[in-house]
Amino acid sequence: MSEGIGASVRRKEDKRFITGKGKYTDDIKQENQAYAAFVRSSHAHAIVKNIDASEAEAMDGVVAVLNGHQLTADGIGNIIAGWAITSKDGSAMNMGAWSALCTEKVRYVGDAIAIVIADTQEIARNAAETVMVEFDILPAVVSPEKTLESGSPQIHENAPNNQIYDWEIGDEAATDAGLASATHITEMEIVNNRLAPNPMEPRAAIAIYDDAEEHYTLYTTSQNPHVARLLLSAFYSVAPEHKLRVIAPDVGGGFGSKIYVYPEEIACLWASMKTGRSVKWTSDRSEAFLTDAHGRDHVTKAKMGFDANGKIVGFKVDTIANIGAYMSLFSSVTPTYLYATLLSGQYDMPAIHGNVRAVYTNTAPVDAYRGAGRPEATYLVERMMDTAALEMGVDPAELRRKNFIQSFPYQTQVIMNYDSGDFPGCMDKAQAAADIAGFAARKASSASRGKLRGIGYSSFIEACGIAPSAAVGSLGCGVGLWESAEVRVNPVGTIEILTGSHSHGQSHETTFAQLANDRFGVPIDSVQIVHGDTDKVQFGMGTYGSRSGPVGMNAIVKALDKVEAKVKKIAAHVLEASEDDIVIEAGEVKIAGTDKKMAWHEVGLAAYTAHNLPEGMEPGLKEGAFYDPINFSFPSATLICEVEVDPETGVTDIVQFTTADDFGVIINPMVVEGQVHGGLAQGIGQAMLENVVYDDSGQLLTGSYMDYAMPRADDLPSFTIEHNNVPSPSNPLGLKGCGEAGAIGAPPAVINAICNAIGNNNLSMPATPSKVWAALQEVSAQQAAE
Amino acid sequence: MYEVKYHKASSASDAANIISGSEDGKFLAGGQTLIPTMKAKLAAPSDLVDISQADGLAGISVDGSTVTIGAMTTHAEVAGNAALSACCSSITSLAGNIGDPAVRHKGTIGGSIANNDPAADYPAAMMALGATIITNNREIAAEAFFQGMFETALDDGEIITSIRFQAPEKAAYAKFPNPASRYAMVGVFAAKTSDGARVAVTGAGADGVYRQSEMEAALDGAWSADALADIHVSSDGLLSDIHGDAAYRANLVKVMAGRAVASV
Repeated sequence: MSEGIGASVRRKEDKRFITGKGKYTDDIKQENQAYAAFVRSSHAHAIVKNIDASEAEAMDGVVAVLNGHQLTADGIGNIIAGWAITSKDGSAMNMGAWSALCTEKVRYVGDAIAIVIADTQEIARNAAETVMVEFDILPAVVSPEKTLESGSPQIHENAPNNQIYDWEIGDEAATDAGLASATHITEMEIVNNRLAPNPMEPRAAIAIYDDAEEHYTLYTTSQNPHVARLLLSAFYSVAPEHKLRVIAPDVGGGFGSKIYVYPEEIACLWASMKTGRSVKWTSDRSEAFLTDAHGRDHVTKAKMGFDANGKIVGFKVDTIANIGAYMSLFSSVTPTYLYATLLSGQYDMPAIHGNVRAVYTNTAPVDAYRGAGRPEATYLVERMMDTAALEMGVDPAELRRKNFIQSFPYQTQVIMNYDSGDFPGCMDKAQAAADIAGFAARKASSASRGKLRGIGYSSFIEACGIAPSAAVGSLGCGVGLWESAEVRVNPVGTIEILTGSHSHGQSHETTFAQLANDRFGVPIDSVQIVHGDTDKVQFGMGTYGSRSGPVGMNAIVKALDKVEAKVKKIAAHVLEASEDDIVIEAGEVKIAGTDKKMAWHEVGLAAYTAHNLPEGMEPGLKEGAFYDPINFSFPSATLICEVEVDPETGVTDIVQFTTADDFGVIINPMVVEGQVHGGLAQGIGQAMLENVVYDDSGQLLTGSYMDYAMPRADDLPSFTIEHNNVPSPSNPLGLKGCGEAGAIGAPPAVINAICNAIGNNNLSMPATPSKVWAALQEVSAQQAAE
Repeated sequence: MYEVKYHKASSASDAANIISGSEDGKFLAGGQTLIPTMKAKLAAPSDLVDISQADGLAGISVDGSTVTIGAMTTHAEVAGNAALSACCSSITSLAGNIGDPAVRHKGTIGGSIANNDPAADYPAAMMALGATIITNNREIAAEAFFQGMFETALDDGEIITSIRFQAPEKAAYAKFPNPASRYAMVGVFAAKTSDGARVAVTGAGADGVYRQSEMEAALDGAWSADALADIHVSSDGLLSDIHGDAAYRANLVKVMAGRAVASV
C-alpha cells in the first residue's frame, strides 16, 4: 500500500495516545519540584492597595509568595502584542502595560496578582486563598460598544476612551459611491459571539532553573516553542535565548489559545530562579475559562449594495473588536489583517471599505482562535449574502453564483491576491451532494410532522500560511513567518525530519513522514518526526493559521530537495553514471533503464563512511532549509446546512451537513477529513451552543461546563465531505491548508439555515433553543398583527 | 479540596452517631454533587460520613403495587430493575437518563432527593408519585419534604433510608435538558395515581420542584395532551437565566407536560 502523498495512512502517533502513553507537560516530574498557584483578582477592575501574604508565608510547605513589584524590580518585561497596527490618522496603537503579575491595578477577573510556591499543589492552592489583597474597587465595563462611550471606566491610561486603534482598509469614497449607485442595499448589525477555546489539555508549565549553568528549561503547552523562547528572552528578559530551552511535549489541543506566552509561564520561570526549585503549574478548568485567551467578540454594522442585476457594487463595514483587558500576542492583527482582508469573500466586489476599532474591556484577553478573523469575516459576508437574497427575492445560491470571482489571479480591494480557486465548481458539488432538488419534498415531509425545515449556504475563502515575511513586516508584523526544516538521513537509511511546526492534534508525525515516503520510497515507520524542542529543532515559527501544511511541509520539501540532490551525486559517483540518469524509486537509487542500483541505506552508509565520495563532497547526509512563501494560500468551500426546527421547543436538529472544499493538494485524505470534522464541530458549537457571558460587573457567568455549552457528539450530524481541489500555484506542494476550514465556514451556514426554517432573519449566535423559540414568537406576533 | 476526615458508616444509626460527634460533618452518598462541590472549594465539611455501603440502605422491592427503593440505590440499579420497570417504567427511564453512565453508577436516589437540586429529576417523580420519604426517624410526604431550592425537611443528622410509593396507573417523565449541563431545564412528571392525576415540575420553579394543579385538574377530566391545550402557564415564579427566560420555561412546562401525557 502506498504511504505517499494522497494515501490515507493511519496515524503513527495514535498508538501512544490511545494507550495512555502520551507524555504531556503535567505528566513530567522533576527532582525538587515545587508547585505554583496564583492569587487572582476576584474583581474586574480595581486598584490593588495592599497584598498581605503573611499567613501564607507562615504555612508549612510554603516556599515563597512573590508579587509583581518584585517581578518588575528584577527587570521582567511586560507582555506585548507582536503586530503594530497604525490607526488611520497615522498614530501608533495604544498598547497598555501588561505585567505578568499586577502591581497597581487589576483589569479583569482572573488577573494574576501573586504566585505562591509550595511543596504540593494542595498547599500552594490553599495558601493562595489566604493571601489578603486589599482592593479599591472601580467601575467595570465589559461591552465593546459601551467601553467607547465617554464616561466609561478608563482601563489603561494611555488608551483614551479604551480605544486601542481606529484602523481602516479599502477605499471609503469609492465604496460610498458604489453604495450610492445601488438599487438595493442590505444593512445589518452582526454580533460575533465570544468563545472560550477549551482545549482538552489545560495549560501547564514546568520551569527549571540550573543556577550552576544559569540556564532555564521550560516545559510548556505551546503551539510554537521557538516563538515562546524568542518572546521570553528578547521581550520579557527572563533569560537570553542560549540560556533558555523551551520544550512543548505532547500537547492536547490548542486552537490558538496555546500560541501565546501567558503570565503564568513567565512567573514560573522567574519564580524558579528566585526559589531554586523547579516550579510546576497546571491550570484547572476554572482557571482556563477565566484566563485562556478567548476568541471572536465583534460587533459590526455593515452595508452591502447591489445593482439591478444583483451584482455587488459596494461593501462597507464598521467593526468594534473587543480585545479584553490586555493586548495578547496576535490580538492586534486578528481583527485587522486576518479579518478585513477577507471581506471580499468569494465575490468580485469593486469597492470595499472596512473600519475596525479595537477596544479594551474588563474581560479576559481576546486573541486568535481557530480561524482567527476569517470566521468573523465569513460570518459577516455570508449572513449578508443570504439576507440580501431574501430581501431581493432571489435564490441565495444564484446570488452567490452571479458574484463569484471566475478568473485568477484576482486582486481584491482589500490587499489579498487570490491565486486560485473554483467557486462555481464547489457550489455545484455541494448542491449535488446536498440534493438541493429534493429539498422541497423534504420540507413538505417535515411540515407534515409539524417541523420547520430550512437550508443555509456558506461560500467562504480564507487565507492560510500567513506570509511572505517581507510583506507582513511592511504591515507591522514583528517577526518573519517562514518555516524551517531539517532532514537527517542516518547511516542505516532511516530518516529524522526536524520541523519548526508543532503538532497538537494535527497528525504531523504521520503526514510529514508521508513526504519522505513519497520522495524516497522509504516506509513511514523508518521516518521519525522531531518537533517541539528548541534544543533539538533548529528554529521554527510554530503551528497556527493552518500553516503547518502550506508553510511547514514546504520547508520539508526544500530540505528533501537538497537531500535528493546529494543522494543522486553520491549514487552517480559510486555507480559511475551521470547524475541526471539517477532515479530514486521504491527505496532504491538506480541508473534509469538499467539494473545498476544502490539500496537506499547503501547511499546513507556511503555518505557517512565517506570512503568513496565525489571529489570535494562533505561527508554526511543532512540538509536544512528555510521556506518563506510567496503568498498566502487560499482554501475555499461551499457548505450547505439543512436543519429541522421543532417549533414547540425551538430545538434545532441538523439533519444534513455538506461541504465541498478546495484544499489544493491533499497529503492524507483521512487526516484532512478529521480536521474538517473537528472544525465543523467547533463552528456548529459557535453557531448553536457556545457563548462566553460576563455580567455587567465583569464576573464570568459561564465559568464551567454547567453553563458553557460545548458541542457533544449527539449535537452533530454525520458530515458529507466533498472535494473540488485546485492545487495552489503558490507553493511547491500545491497545499492550501485545512485546519480551520470547518470552524470558518460552518457558522453562517447554520444560522442561514435556521433563519430560513423559521422565517425570521433576526437571530444571533448561539442559536439556542430558547432564542429560536423567541424568534418564532416574533413571527407569530407579526402574523397575528397582520 | 480542603482536608476532610472520611468515615465509613456501617449502618444508618452508626452514621448518625458519627455525624453527631463531628464539627461540621456531611453524609456522603454517591458523591456526584458533593465531591465536585468540595473540589471547587464551594463546600468544606470537616467530616464525610460515607453511607453508600451502610447496611440496609440499598435495594428495590416491589410488593404488589407498593414500591420501596433503598436510599443508597444507584440510578443505574433503578434504571435496570425489571420488576420496577414492569410496574413503573416512568421511574426506571427517568433514572436511565440522569447524567452519564459514571454518574448513574455512583449517584443514588437518596442523595439526589436530600440535595434537592432545583434541576434534579427525582424530586419531580417523588412529588408526582406522592412518595413517602422514610428517614431514620420518621416518614415524610414528598410535598412536605421538598422545601425550596436545596432545602428539605431533613433535620441535622437525619438520614433518608428509603422512599416508598404506590405504582401509578400510568405515568411518564419528559425532560428538556439544559444545552450546557444537560440537567433538566424543565422536567415534567405526570402520573395517574389512585389519588387522581398529579403533575410535578422540576427545573423551572424559582422555589424548586412544584405541582401544577391546573394541569392535574384538566387531566382528572381526561388524560390526554389535548386536555392541557388551553391551559396558560404563567411565567410568574419561574427561573430566568442565561439559558432561557421565564417565558421560555413556561412554554416548556406546557410542551413537556403534553409530551409526557401523550407518551402513555
